[in-house]
Amino acid sequence: MVARRPTRTVLRLVAGLATAALLPAVLAGCARNEFPQSTFNPRSDIASMIQSLNLQLIFWAVLIFIVVQTLLIIAIVKFRARPDSPEPKPVHGNTALEIAWTIAPAIILAFVAVPTVLTIFKTQAKPARTDLVVKVVGHQWWWEFQYPGLGIVTANEMHVPVGRTIVVDIATADVIHSFWFPAMGGKRDAVPGRASRIWFTPDTVGVFPGQCAEFCGLSHANMRMKLMVDTPAAFADWVELQRRPPAGGGAAPESTAAVAAAMAFAEATPLPAGSLAARGKEIFSQSACIGCHSIRGFSAGVLGPDLTHFASRTTFAGSLFENTPDNLARWLTDPTGRKPGALMPNLGLTPEQVNALVAYLVSLK
Amino acid sequence: MASTTATASAVHATPRSESGLWSWITTVDHKRIGALYGVTAFILFLVGGVEALVIRLQLAQPGNHFISPDVYNQMFTMHGTTMVFLAVMPLSASFFNYLIPLMIGARDVAFPRLNAFSYWVFLFGAIFLHVSFLHGGAPNVGWFGYANLTSREFSPGQGVDFWAIGLQILGVASLAAAFNFIVTIINMRAPGMGFMRMPPFVWMTLVTSFLIILAFPVITVALVFLLFDRFTGTNFFVPAAGADPLLWQHLFWLFGHPEVYILILPAMGIISEVLPAFSRKPLFGYPVVVYSGIFIGFMGWGVWSHHMFAVGLGPLADSFFALTTMLIAIPTGVKIFNWLATIWGGKLRFTTAMHFALGFIALFTMGGLSGFMHASPPADLQQTDTYFVVAHIHYVLFGGSLMGIFAGIYYWFPKMTGRLMDERLGKLHFWLMVIAMNVTFFPMHFVGLLGMPRRVYTYAPHMGFDWMNLTSTVGAFGIAVGLLVFMWNWWTSLRHGRPAGNDPWGGASLEWALPSPPPPWNFATIPVVKSIDPLWHRESRAAALAANQPSGPIHMPPRSHWPIVSALGATLLMSGMIFGWVVGIPGLALTLVGIYAWAFEPCT
Repeated sequence: MVARRPTRTVLRLVAGLATAALLPAVLAGCARNEFPQSTFNPRSDIASMIQSLNLQLIFWAVLIFIVVQTLLIIAIVKFRARPDSPEPKPVHGNTALEIAWTIAPAIILAFVAVPTVLTIFKTQAKPARTDLVVKVVGHQWWWEFQYPGLGIVTANEMHVPVGRTIVVDIATADVIHSFWFPAMGGKRDAVPGRASRIWFTPDTVGVFPGQCAEFCGLSHANMRMKLMVDTPAAFADWVELQRRPPAGGGAAPESTAAVAAAMAFAEATPLPAGSLAARGKEIFSQSACIGCHSIRGFSAGVLGPDLTHFASRTTFAGSLFENTPDNLARWLTDPTGRKPGALMPNLGLTPEQVNALVAYLVSLK
Repeated sequence: MASTTATASAVHATPRSESGLWSWITTVDHKRIGALYGVTAFILFLVGGVEALVIRLQLAQPGNHFISPDVYNQMFTMHGTTMVFLAVMPLSASFFNYLIPLMIGARDVAFPRLNAFSYWVFLFGAIFLHVSFLHGGAPNVGWFGYANLTSREFSPGQGVDFWAIGLQILGVASLAAAFNFIVTIINMRAPGMGFMRMPPFVWMTLVTSFLIILAFPVITVALVFLLFDRFTGTNFFVPAAGADPLLWQHLFWLFGHPEVYILILPAMGIISEVLPAFSRKPLFGYPVVVYSGIFIGFMGWGVWSHHMFAVGLGPLADSFFALTTMLIAIPTGVKIFNWLATIWGGKLRFTTAMHFALGFIALFTMGGLSGFMHASPPADLQQTDTYFVVAHIHYVLFGGSLMGIFAGIYYWFPKMTGRLMDERLGKLHFWLMVIAMNVTFFPMHFVGLLGMPRRVYTYAPHMGFDWMNLTSTVGAFGIAVGLLVFMWNWWTSLRHGRPAGNDPWGGASLEWALPSPPPPWNFATIPVVKSIDPLWHRESRAAALAANQPSGPIHMPPRSHWPIVSALGATLLMSGMIFGWVVGIPGLALTLVGIYAWAFEPCT
């Protein structure tokens, strides 16, 4: 009788604790805006499959947690040495019990193993259809997105249409990175010399953050990205915009073979002569910029992000900064100071040069 | 006290209970080496702890500028490397050294000088690794050092060299110690102590030692490849030359997963001693606990790719490694149930050691359950490389290994020093640490599931990570306060603790038959073991206590300074890869002289 009441209190306490422990998880599921990178916010078929498996795992984990901790607490309360407690029986074991608690976890594991293997094969099967292929290339410390079928190359912000199956080919230009948009599903490493492929079908329009998940050196923390899931119409508009030649001259994607024609086109639509942007373009072509950055039909550098439609992006430098003229000016003045380890060197630009370059970049709509 | 202490006059060997620095430098006494291991590893544990505090300060708020990203990367690399190789492993080794001969009824380990050599190599290796801080920056590629980030192209500094060479040096220490304990346990058990009469801690030491001798060669090979790549321009991990950098991951985790069990099995052994002692009941299901430990050690070789699910090895490989990983949950669960059954129906005395052992069960279970969650590859793809995994490893290594180690410290401190630790301070230490540990690591489960990756020196605001990170930082300082209480308790108890007597807890194993601290020769007469838990059975207790009566001359190994000379030589030789011939050649000479003199040293 004496031992019973504390036991019940303890049971109630444990139940309360378990609820408290689960509360943040429940909150995490609800408050999506508060936790934009949450893994509990599935927004694709793959992410939903993972989520339903994960919830089963959590159920079993919490159940086992409660059973073990309850037994532990009961034992601690019930068998505490008291002046009148008898000497314990020297029990050495019990075969039936041993068999029971070997089989019990085995059964629970079977309950988990079956959906696990099914989900592995479902998520890694070939996609039922392929609506869009995006090639992702990880760089120290930014992301490049190529749309081979569309002739588009962009950086740090990936656009996809909602409700379409996106196949993502993952590669790296240097060390191992890991491509991860939690709302779309699990991560996948970009390993040098290895072709990796995942797919997902986003089901909600919106902007979803992601970031590199494999330690890749100094600025690993600053290798972020955004996924823009657009309506099919908005995606088509985006594609149309990206395929246009860059402001102030360049080439449409089909004409890469005909650079001469593109240059002629550029001549035909110059930036207003004498404008700050035109001056910026001049500086771009005369300084180190042109060696690393591509502007379609105008420069062909491949080390840094493609800038053809730079101004159409909301962020830059590994999605670290808002794409505003002020931020751009600060960035151009001192890249490594703004983002440690950035491979873009400090070019020692004068404030005038910086302003001109910013004007040019802002014109690259 | 019925037992009489054997006097030095009854002993043929050089008296070894002298004090003074030289006596420590030349000691081959396993108890002194155990003490050296323990104190050194604890100091390095504090170093790793300070690194953790620096990490937590940097992450206290988003966009913090407390340290630079490069220093941050050095901090988390050295924190991981230190805690695994320089703190938890040698703290376990400290218990192996001190306790194994006492528990199996031997006078020392099989190779006493090799034992000293292990310690000195460990010490010099640890110093070598920390020289990097003063020599161009500590390693900054993570304790797992994934290729090809470790190549000269992407890590031009010498940090990676220090890391790779340092681990090679430490590997020598671990291997030498592991061979020593295997030979000692197999060959030097007292008459009557069959394998199934060995204390569970001895069993776990044996399993751990086998894991060490099988796992360390694998990382040695991987590190040799890496060093060749960095020093001679080979292409083992260079993708441009057609190499697959995943080779490193396979080799590293083929070592790394057994390493996890190298870290946890000794703690499981410790609590398998502590729980029965304070329940006044034998370990429930002793053979099952032992076989589970062996099975865990064995299965540890078949699960390494669960660290690599994100690589995309294909559905078949993912399924295989998921199932083998889940299989390990069974013997682990069985152990937990056997421990619960051990205390069930017992007469529990809540000493500090018992607190820590029970804390082990509670916290390790949580680490096991989060591990069970990411054994499932699809779930793991959302969890790996996030703070969820950071929470998991800390529940296993802090909630498991360290809780076990602290249980062991409080349990055997009286045996080692002859004095009791203060129980009130001990319990304060326990509660501070358990509460602070949960404040630190519990929110990490959520911050990880909410999408915060590991190994980031900073994070954006408005991601919902802020207050949980701040909570973790506050908790980390709580752990530090708990450790201060422990250190105060240790220091004052060492000097003013109440005398412990031979057997303050009513322990079951042979060491409790001896005086505290035991004499250099441990057993004046080698005891005869007549049962498991010899001190708990009337007849076998008498036999064990008879070990204190001298019955003839005692042969003890003489002191030697050649182990420290050889260890210094070997370390200098390997440091030569960084510091050049000036250091390498004298190192080689010292090594050769040391080993030669060692081999021909008269062994009276």
